Amino acid sequence: MSLKLPVYLDNHATTPLDPRVLETMLPYFTQDFGNAASRTHAFGWKAEAAVDDARDTIARLINAESGKEIVFTSGATESDNLAIKGVAEYYGEKGKHVITTVIEHKAVLDSCKRLEKEGFEVTYVGVGPSGVVDPNDIAKAITDKTILVSVMLANNEVGTIQPIAEIGKLTRARGVIFHVDAVQGIGKTPFDVRAMNVDLASLSAHKIYGPKGVGALYVRRSRPRVRLGAQMDGGGHERGNRSGTLNVPGIVGFAKACELLEREGAAETERIRGLRDRLHEKINRALPHVIVNGSLEHRLPGNLNISFACVEGEGLMMAIKDVAVSSGSACTSASLEPSYVLRSMGLDEADAHSSIRFGIGRFNTEEEIDFVADLVINKVKKLRDMSPLWEMQQQGIDLKTIQWAAH
Amino acid sequence: MAYSEKVIEHYENPRNVGAFDASDPEIGTGLVGAPACGDVMRLQIRVDDHGVIKDARFKTFGCGSAIASSSLATEWLKGKSLDEASTIHNSMIAEELSLPPVKIHCSVLAEDAIKSAIDDYKKKRAAREALSEPPPALRTEESPTA
Repeated sequence: MSLKLPVYLDNHATTPLDPRVLETMLPYFTQDFGNAASRTHAFGWKAEAAVDDARDTIARLINAESGKEIVFTSGATESDNLAIKGVAEYYGEKGKHVITTVIEHKAVLDSCKRLEKEGFEVTYVGVGPSGVVDPNDIAKAITDKTILVSVMLANNEVGTIQPIAEIGKLTRARGVIFHVDAVQGIGKTPFDVRAMNVDLASLSAHKIYGPKGVGALYVRRSRPRVRLGAQMDGGGHERGNRSGTLNVPGIVGFAKACELLEREGAAETERIRGLRDRLHEKINRALPHVIVNGSLEHRLPGNLNISFACVEGEGLMMAIKDVAVSSGSACTSASLEPSYVLRSMGLDEADAHSSIRFGIGRFNTEEEIDFVADLVINKVKKLRDMSPLWEMQQQGIDLKTIQWAAH
Repeated sequence: MAYSEKVIEHYENPRNVGAFDASDPEIGTGLVGAPACGDVMRLQIRVDDHGVIKDARFKTFGCGSAIASSSLATEWLKGKSLDEASTIHNSMIAEELSLPPVKIHCSVLAEDAIKSAIDDYKKKRAAREALSEPPPALRTEESPTA
């Protein structure tokens, strides 16, 4: 089999649609095109039935009690917005304090920033070098005014898995609503909204080989029943939680993606973990001064976020342009600031600039991993030969003792 | 971000990568940037007795544009007098490489590296001259003969 270039190793950003998902979706674009809200004819009934089946399938994947707890949205960004702003709106009278972490996705952080402008107080709990939140820090932050804790299941940059079950125990005991942005972890690490006392969970289809433009918010209906202030006004769809005509083909595809994960997720996780470890071992054997960012133990199977000392991330990405990856390097963003996640983990700024995120997924092969490992090793060596920092480090100069002229 | 062909060409075939012995009196070294900012350039020039840059070397930690900017700078420096070299402006590098606005700082860094290498060479030379008054024939900086 010949290798097809470029190799896609950016599965945290998005994933290709599984052909089986596409096949399931197709009829809902043409013959079964009905509006799920049309109550007066068979077109509508068929669409509604498909959507309700989808709710049940998605609910099952996260062990929700009922499909009625699934609110469809345009994606996880909307789900995060709805969860955080919706809780703030509905429970704001009870208290105006929200707790989240510094490593959350921007959809959560910026929703919280918005609340701050509206008079809420937000506590951003930090993480150490492990990239994992300490539940004790959450416990300490909870006050009588706290109405919501929002913590991600797994981080999108370093893949670190957060102690959701432990935090869920705390929030349940204190009567605080618990929202989990589960986008990156779903189907890859255990997630059970009942066992983990999760009240709200954001999900996205395109991270799990489903279509883009569709997501969901799990909203607990009992013990406790969670209420939200709707953020989108209109026809009162989704039990008034989110108005707007449902994206039926997208929802059907989302459910099919969940069904595939439920059936194949465990075996797939092991295979992907094997590929990740193979990549890591090959690189580690060939190159010194390679740092894994964050806990390797509490990590998504497909994630490898590493810093190659003295090699700048964007420069390396250019050298390995046959591989699609991403970097925490400042140069990839217009702001020229390196990744806030890596910096919040206490990573040296230089190491943050040197980071590469490999995201392995369902369609990657061993042949691809071997190709990528060899290419990376080769190019890191070449770039280190060109790096003044590497030369200084090899001469035993401590780079931290140098007075750099920052620009 | 799409890179210009010239950036890619310099990045894939960088000119004059390497190092000179910084303690050599003929060598001027400029080290600019900071690891925390994501780019560090070290540019070195070898200057002859007539104040002409005979050779140049660089090593750069940075993105493709930073590497291309320093590679181009070393190419341009060779054969120039110190005064001529001082006239290399970042906008010339940015234009030659078609750098987008977000990468202009790479060309600024290259200009800084050139200036810093020239300063270093001049300082070393002045220090040497202060120690032992050299024969007038060697005092070529005021009247460069390229």
